[in-house]
Amino acid sequence: MAELILTRNFDVPDAHTIRVYRERGGYQGWEKAKGMEPVAIAEEVKKSNLRGLGGAGFPTGVKWGFIPKGSTAPRYLVVNADEGEPGTFKDRYLMERDPHALIEGMLIAARAIGSHLGFIYIRGEYVQPWRILSAAVKEAYDEGLLGKNIQGTGFDFEIVVHRGAGAYICGEETGLISSLEGKKGWPKVKPPFPAVKGAFGQPTIVNNVETLACLPHIVTRGAEWFAGLGTKTQGGTRLYSVSGHVVRPGLVEAPVSVTLRQIIYDHCGGIPGGRALKAVVPGGASAAILTPDEIDIPMDVDGPKSKGSMIGSAGIIVMDETVSIPDALMVVARFYAHESCGQCTPCRESTGWIYKISHRIVEGKGRKEDLDTILDVARRGAGTTICAFYDGAVGPYISYIEKFRSEFEELIRNSVHA
Amino acid sequence: MPRLTVNGKEVEVPEGTNLIEAAKAAGAEVPHYCYHPALSIAGQCRLCMVDIDKVPRPQIACNTQATEGMVVHTETERVLETRRSMMEFHLINHPLDCPVCDQAGECFLQIYYMKHGLYDPRMVDEKVHKPKAVPIGPHVMLDAERCIVCSRCVRFCDEITHTGELGIFQRGDQSEIGLFPGTALENKYSGNVIDICPVGALTDRDFRFQVRVWYLDTAKSVCNGCARGCNVEVHTNRHRPHHNQGRRVARLKPRFNAEVNQWWLCDEGRYGFKWMDDKSRLTHPLHRGGGEGAEVSWDRALPELVKRLQGCPPDEVGLLASPKMSNEDLWALRRLAEHLGVRNLDFRVPPSAPGDEDNFLIRADKNPNSRGAELIGVAPDPGGRDAAGILRAARERRLKLLWIFHHDLAASGWPEAEVLAAIENTETVIFQGTNANDVSARAHLVLPSAAYVETEGTFTNFQGRVQRFRTAIPPLGESWPDWMILSVVGKALGASDPVFSAERAEQVFNALAAAVPAFGDMTYRALGDAGRMVTA
Repeated sequence: MAELILTRNFDVPDAHTIRVYRERGGYQGWEKAKGMEPVAIAEEVKKSNLRGLGGAGFPTGVKWGFIPKGSTAPRYLVVNADEGEPGTFKDRYLMERDPHALIEGMLIAARAIGSHLGFIYIRGEYVQPWRILSAAVKEAYDEGLLGKNIQGTGFDFEIVVHRGAGAYICGEETGLISSLEGKKGWPKVKPPFPAVKGAFGQPTIVNNVETLACLPHIVTRGAEWFAGLGTKTQGGTRLYSVSGHVVRPGLVEAPVSVTLRQIIYDHCGGIPGGRALKAVVPGGASAAILTPDEIDIPMDVDGPKSKGSMIGSAGIIVMDETVSIPDALMVVARFYAHESCGQCTPCRESTGWIYKISHRIVEGKGRKEDLDTILDVARRGAGTTICAFYDGAVGPYISYIEKFRSEFEELIRNSVHA
Repeated sequence: MPRLTVNGKEVEVPEGTNLIEAAKAAGAEVPHYCYHPALSIAGQCRLCMVDIDKVPRPQIACNTQATEGMVVHTETERVLETRRSMMEFHLINHPLDCPVCDQAGECFLQIYYMKHGLYDPRMVDEKVHKPKAVPIGPHVMLDAERCIVCSRCVRFCDEITHTGELGIFQRGDQSEIGLFPGTALENKYSGNVIDICPVGALTDRDFRFQVRVWYLDTAKSVCNGCARGCNVEVHTNRHRPHHNQGRRVARLKPRFNAEVNQWWLCDEGRYGFKWMDDKSRLTHPLHRGGGEGAEVSWDRALPELVKRLQGCPPDEVGLLASPKMSNEDLWALRRLAEHLGVRNLDFRVPPSAPGDEDNFLIRADKNPNSRGAELIGVAPDPGGRDAAGILRAARERRLKLLWIFHHDLAASGWPEAEVLAAIENTETVIFQGTNANDVSARAHLVLPSAAYVETEGTFTNFQGRVQRFRTAIPPLGESWPDWMILSVVGKALGASDPVFSAERAEQVFNALAAAVPAFGDMTYRALGDAGRMVTA
């Protein structure tokens, strides 16, 4: 079994306290980073091939570089801890079991981008993680790791923990910023991008919890080591949240070169009850569904993409042969209809419409034109919206129908309208 | 100043111009709902997508700035297909109740659907239902089902009036416009949300169900409600006299003028037109010998007036002009006063209460032409009396003839008793105006004026901008424009000034321009739709 990095403290008692975290080597990354030039930190992160682990997979070091050169405006570091992608629960583990890894990662990132104020936007439902994380932030302040003139370095950094109120869209980085600003969590029209004009109109970098938790390891052990853990285009390990029909569901840490088959069958013990695998969602609900013959792919950014899907948040949902795909489509369609922020037209109108059609099909009132209507509506809306939410919805809409069309047609054939 | 190409046509536009405006400059219309030039970019409707060379996907024109060398296409097959898609999305939950919707005929859902519709609805499921016919303020009715959530009204209240009454509540296809708890849409500019609503979601409580918009005629005009002189369109109902409760004027709508009111109009101005069709309108000259007044013809009324003027020493005549009169009316009056040798001339009657004013459009001076009256010299000549002096002289029986234009003196800032005493103590009181009041009820001669929408002319606003208003409807009954009454009187008195032989307001204005330096470089026609500034 490969070395554990992000989960190395998960089973250590009291690892969420600063004392144990330090005993386990915590804050050594910061000790090193505080003596480094900000540019050198960013370079190191670029070389590490660290890619955003929230969903989009964008190279982290490159993202940091989007803050306009020479800008003297205050710049903010915002942590996206609004983990809401269905099937994903990795950030929760990190914040509950190793919250100082996030705080240390924030310190390193803040130094690299020159930020003196960080916000952790944590999902409102994450009450326990919020309590643990807040206690950890307090500890870090008490130990002089946060605040003014940290450890005499002259570097200031404050952290504000802000709880969300339960909307999936607030995990979209500009929706998150709107919500953080006290507004309705509507994604913003881009350009301008957050690195230029983000929270409260200032340059802002939004990074995912897990992404930031990688930073102490990159700084401590070097970019080459981190890059070497993964594939050519993505370094490190990552946390795969595995749910559904596997013998051992839960969190799996593995190098990003691990295949989906290995995760399902080796790490999670395969499908229970000797039943057959029917479908897998590889990267949270927004990722296109895969069939059993599509699981021999590395679970880095590129693997699922090669099958027309995406790694997304690495939330793996395994479905065995007992699952009705039309039912599954209706459930995800209901989710997107419920969570669409309603700001822009294609998403606002068609998520509700597609849910109604998918629900009607499951109710046995499908019409023969329904499947083509869903596919056409989804394709018409794709790529036309303010944010990626709708494209995320289109992933399941199209793939569920295209890959399991006969199952839908069977239902429709027996419907009252057929 | 970037140069770009739109549909093969090269245009140069100011830095920062978005592609909707750049396309407009190139003569191409990009359909849109949420974009409004006065408001922040929302990017919500997704209708304004255009193709840009070297950009893989269509982009929203509202949030894309024109750059040097950009090549834009607004009518590619892909753009047209996107518009069809967006129109379908906008309409799947729309109630399609056009036959009973006031917006029908001026609705951008209808307008764009004619051009970009699918014409083959695929929506077979139950539509989303939302509140209908909800009064959200004294002037505005909300139908949330018709709303396309473009957020223009929300942005108007946030960014223009800074009152923030409206928000978008719920999410997804349940999203709806509404009031924040404890508020009502009762700011002084609330009616503007009706204008900027591209669909029938926000309709005018005053106008709704009165007359279908396709029966309306329109004339360019200027609001006479205050010294701002907001540019308006007067919408009149002449073809269906049985609609709109028999009233000819159906509504006022703001007309864009970058220097005066931009796109906007205050509610007081917007709804301040009811007097035009009110029962109090004076429709015939009235002669009141001793007891009850009797309607008489102009042929009898004017000789009577001329006779009385001739029988009066000039210093025993008082002329109380009104800043509600046009430049043309005031110039004719000024010339008449000069011909008669009357020095007691003024227009400044104090209002009963100070007018409200804000730092946006509304001016404390509730008259459209005070500046014009000042520039024209509607003021006492040396040795003459000002307005207060005229009133005092009348009260003290030192005037034989008092000619009052438009003022409702009994409701002015002057004590009512003093006004009534002045009327009582003057041998001949002439009232000339549009609507009856306590003074007209006591006047010996009442001359009916045409309302400004029934004639044409110019007002000079507080900035010094001379703006034309045009005839929207014919004068009511036997009423005449003030300048015409004055010119007939002048002619009968033997005055030779060309003003008194004018047949059109234009001739009076050009005579004014020839005589008064402030108007010196103007001609009536060159004023155009946006007006011109007087010479300082």
